[in-house]
Amino acid sequence: MKTGWSAGFLTGGNWPAMRTSPPRGANMGFAIALVLVLITAISVYIFAGHVWWFPVDISTHGAAIDHQFNLTLLLTGVVFVLAQLGLGFFVWKYRDRQDGRKVVYSHGNNKLEATWTTAASILFIGLNLMGYLIWANMHFTGPAPGALRVEVWGQQFAYNFHYPGPDGQFGPTHVEKMNDAIGNPLGLDRDHDASAKDDFVAATLAVPVNREIELVLRSKDVGHSFFVRELRVQQDIVPGMEIPIHFTTTDEALKHNDGRYEIVCTQLCGLGHYKMRAFLQVMTEADFAKWQQQQEAEAQSQ
Amino acid sequence: MAEAHAEAVHAHQAPTGFIRKYIFSVDHKVIGKQYYFLALFSVFIGIILSVLMRLHLVWQNIHIPLLGTLSPAGAPGGAMTPEYYLSLMTLHGTIMIFFVLTTAPQAGFGNYALPIQIGAEDMAFPRLNMLSFWVTFLGLMVLLSTFFVGDGPPISGWTSYAPLSAVGSAAGPGEGVGQTLWVISIALFCVGSLLGALNFIATTLDLRARGMSLARMPLTVWAWLITAVLALLSFAVLFGACVLLVLDREGGTSFFIPANLIVSDRIIKEHSGGSPLLWQHLFWFFGHPEVYIAIIPGMGITSHVLSTFSRKPIFGYRAMVAAMMSIGFLGFMVWGHHMFVSGMSPYSAFAFSIMTMAIGVPSAIKTFNWLGTLWGGRLRLTTAMLFAIGFVSLFVTGGLSGLFLAQPPVDVPLHAGYFVVAHFHMVMGVAAIFGMFAGTFFWFPKMFGRMMNETLGKIHFWITFVGVYCIFMPMHFIGVEGNVRRYSQFTEVIFLKHLIPVHTFMSIAAFVTAGAQLIFFINLFWSLFKGPKASENPWEATSLEWSIPSPPPFDNFAGKHPVVYHGPYEFGVPDAPQDYVMQTSPEVVKAG
Repeated sequence: MKTGWSAGFLTGGNWPAMRTSPPRGANMGFAIALVLVLITAISVYIFAGHVWWFPVDISTHGAAIDHQFNLTLLLTGVVFVLAQLGLGFFVWKYRDRQDGRKVVYSHGNNKLEATWTTAASILFIGLNLMGYLIWANMHFTGPAPGALRVEVWGQQFAYNFHYPGPDGQFGPTHVEKMNDAIGNPLGLDRDHDASAKDDFVAATLAVPVNREIELVLRSKDVGHSFFVRELRVQQDIVPGMEIPIHFTTTDEALKHNDGRYEIVCTQLCGLGHYKMRAFLQVMTEADFAKWQQQQEAEAQSQ
Repeated sequence: MAEAHAEAVHAHQAPTGFIRKYIFSVDHKVIGKQYYFLALFSVFIGIILSVLMRLHLVWQNIHIPLLGTLSPAGAPGGAMTPEYYLSLMTLHGTIMIFFVLTTAPQAGFGNYALPIQIGAEDMAFPRLNMLSFWVTFLGLMVLLSTFFVGDGPPISGWTSYAPLSAVGSAAGPGEGVGQTLWVISIALFCVGSLLGALNFIATTLDLRARGMSLARMPLTVWAWLITAVLALLSFAVLFGACVLLVLDREGGTSFFIPANLIVSDRIIKEHSGGSPLLWQHLFWFFGHPEVYIAIIPGMGITSHVLSTFSRKPIFGYRAMVAAMMSIGFLGFMVWGHHMFVSGMSPYSAFAFSIMTMAIGVPSAIKTFNWLGTLWGGRLRLTTAMLFAIGFVSLFVTGGLSGLFLAQPPVDVPLHAGYFVVAHFHMVMGVAAIFGMFAGTFFWFPKMFGRMMNETLGKIHFWITFVGVYCIFMPMHFIGVEGNVRRYSQFTEVIFLKHLIPVHTFMSIAAFVTAGAQLIFFINLFWSLFKGPKASENPWEATSLEWSIPSPPPFDNFAGKHPVVYHGPYEFGVPDAPQDYVMQTSPEVVKAG
């Protein structure tokens, strides 16, 4: 049976009883510092080295988002490193060495409090204001005239893309006519609705490159979402609402993956949520015209 | 002098029967322990659920025969179905957030220590206190019953977004009776929390001992008071939301269900005119303050423990109180940052965003002041202290990732992904739990009159601290790459497949960390019966609970009325006979 400080430490006995033999706190303080240094170094290496990173950006607005992310990463990275290393350093330096050293008897320092409050306010609020323009450009101005409009319909667990055809008008959708089995998932009535006659519904979202696209997001059943990583676009699809978003792809889109990018659902929508996906196919203007004609012809022949 | 009142007749006598003493007790200390053990039981279940989830995410074909027996529908033959993963996820989130993170730090430690720390003999409303606990207990039983009725627990997540949660069993397994029971369970929890919050506020404002001015209250008491105000205002709203959701589900109303839905090929004719976003607004009006309800008590405990074991006054006491108040206040104006991509007006994102960034400021103040407390101290690295230090590290890590998600444009590629999962697990999950561990090691001697084992405590700390970084740090990285959350497997989406090895790493880290929690459970239960006897003040701490025996008598101060002479953190006072001055000690202290 050990006695004195060490035994008290192991059993968690009273502190005064622990002060008779050399301190074990030294190792513990060093260990904390070491682990915090390692955590900091590994995290910084993985972020700075882009070991895992955003995929290629294929939109006109994506670069600004990436830039704002990088700026935020830089700021938070500096704070992260300073705070973690500061914590580790203090724990190591000020560990109890049983040397009778007096602590600094201080209840704080108002000047210091004011300094870091002001500094944090300027940094955080300033960073925030810098990002506002990006958001404003994405949401406050609608699409320019001539943008291609497509309705995106979410349902458990698939997407349908409703194109208006040459007349540019979406035919009305009738809930009582919606029937996946007979190939009319959106309940179009080509016999009675004039605007629906030239509409077609595709399982892939095909868009021409460099042209502005306006999507109108709608749901048949529960909440879904429309997320394309490479587009830097994510928007929930809410039943009962028609939510417009717009974006323009860049030439970059054709250079990767044959212009094909995954659309995935990010709003929990039920048991098949993990496999609810579709594809975005970016094409040249000429290819898109051809594709559109094909789709229209197919729709008419049904 | 206070001693003049020492003979005052005590309001209630210690009960003698087993049931009145341990089951339907009105003693705040017993109720605090009841809450603590309720949370301990819940966290045990919650951890098992997370282990099952992490198993399913990387090894879908694994067979667990026992699970097949327990849930023949969810895990036929012991192999979990994708929808069973969602059930586990829903229950994991609900149990952890409500019955662990809201229960142990506030209702558990708060009930136990708050009255003693302010010099009161009990809570203001002891019977209400008992009712709060038993309503909460009932809520947990209702929640757990979903495993055994209908087609299992709901699959709509702890956020239960409508209309998935509102349209009934057509929406998927668990969306029948399971979802209804979920709503009832949460409504019960709301009632328990509301009653508890009233009690905390009344007790703190009315029952403080002589000399215990607001500015002399320990930061733990401030934290519990502020949390109680948050709970009072936010659980009231969630309760209303739950009532509306039950009415939509069972009463034919349409608060959250719009017209013309077609679910599982059936047109929903009986509902129209509701708004799914209304649920989100009501839920997050509660949901964001809830984050602070989980973390603020941990902040209080961390401040208290850091000061005590640094043998130094807390750095910037008033700034710490002001910071907690502003976090609580701002916390009510930021709920929309959960909804940047929800379809709400993009203009409102501006307001929600700037308020959220503003919360970074008091959070930074707290971090600076914790570091300031360590600076120049003489740190006794007990297990409680290690967990408090770990809290600071995790709070920094988890808090900083919030600055990304608070900005609408940066949120766009990160929303609903593992970056978010990493963020909230770090800050409101793990950091808050580290606060609970710190509180456990700190108050265990007082609560049970015995010491916990420090060696086991330290082994548990080290595995847990390194473990949680191994689990949650990689989630940031794959979140940046676009890893979507709430997927039961990553085999269907092409860009997720190459991230599966990272998930395997995180799963293994999770199993090791979960296993290490057994060390804590063993330490706790072993120390309950076999731990060395604790003295009155084993940590040489200053607050009132350390001026009475361990464990305290039934009415805390044995009929005496304590008088408070000092602030709560008078450590290292120059010229004082020892390195700490108790709050109840009448000696004169030079102002620092």
